[in-house]
Amino acid sequence: MPQYKRRWKMLLLHMIILPTLFFGIYSFSLAPKSWEGVDEAVVEKIAKEHGREAREPLIDPGSGDLLLFGFLLAGAVGGFAAGYFWRQLITKD
Amino acid sequence: MHISEGILPFSWALFWYLAVLPFVALGVKRLNAQAREDLSMKPLVGLLAAVVFIISCMPIPVPTAGTCSHPCGTGVAAILVGPLVSVLIAAVSLLIQALFLAHGGLSTLGANTFSMGVIGSLAGWLAFRGARRLGGSLALSGFVAGLLADWGTYAATSLILSLGIRGDAPLMPLLGRVVLAFIPTQLPLGILEGVITAGMVTLLYRKRPDLLLKMRVISEKELPSHASI
Repeated sequence: MPQYKRRWKMLLLHMIILPTLFFGIYSFSLAPKSWEGVDEAVVEKIAKEHGREAREPLIDPGSGDLLLFGFLLAGAVGGFAAGYFWRQLITKD
Repeated sequence: MHISEGILPFSWALFWYLAVLPFVALGVKRLNAQAREDLSMKPLVGLLAAVVFIISCMPIPVPTAGTCSHPCGTGVAAILVGPLVSVLIAAVSLLIQALFLAHGGLSTLGANTFSMGVIGSLAGWLAFRGARRLGGSLALSGFVAGLLADWGTYAATSLILSLGIRGDAPLMPLLGRVVLAFIPTQLPLGILEGVITAGMVTLLYRKRPDLLLKMRVISEKELPSHASI
């Protein structure tokens, strides 16, 4: 393998491994985890502190897991269709 | 990166709509030109829009931060169909998310399209082309494109949000605070997006190199020996 390629590969490896190790260790901290989305945890929180609050959306999908269920159902149907037609998808005419 | 409905003042919301409009118009023009050359471009762009739609609203838990966030997908779209069509793809995905999933909002659609569509696509495309020109492999260039598309998107969101909500407060401290708040989640997620983008480009190269050739991602010289076009 040429030297420059080896250098690129080593650099890429370090770029992936070092942050992963750092955050892997950091994640063992006992800080409470809310699992909020960053849209709420960062965007809406900081905006609220500056007097700007999010409004209700035009079409409110409501709360709870109904929407998630819809997504799951659509994903299952889509996954089944993609699996069923897999050969047509990956082979060239 | 979705800025919710009502967060930006009207003047800023309008400004970002006007800023994004020329890019969307150019995207439509480019797509029509591509479709005139090759009819299969439109279904392909539709498929990519579905991919970007799913990727950009799929919450991924980040254990290091205790929050969830999502990649953008515009890096891979820009690599495959170019940055202008990728802006169009992002606009359509964000419109559907704003209408039916309460992700983002109609008033903030311009701002969200600017960060994810314009900045994300341009950053990804420039990074990919730059890395390829420097001799980087498809996988490495794809990784850099995905990484910078993600980080570029969130950097732009930070700026858009700070400009919109700062009022009379100085910009830089607020911008620094928003960027710092995004870092614990977006730093690892950007790396994940880089890996996903590299994986998608590499998979396409192995399975359908003719598609990459058609979309001018690779040249004929780079086609694998087993490929038939």
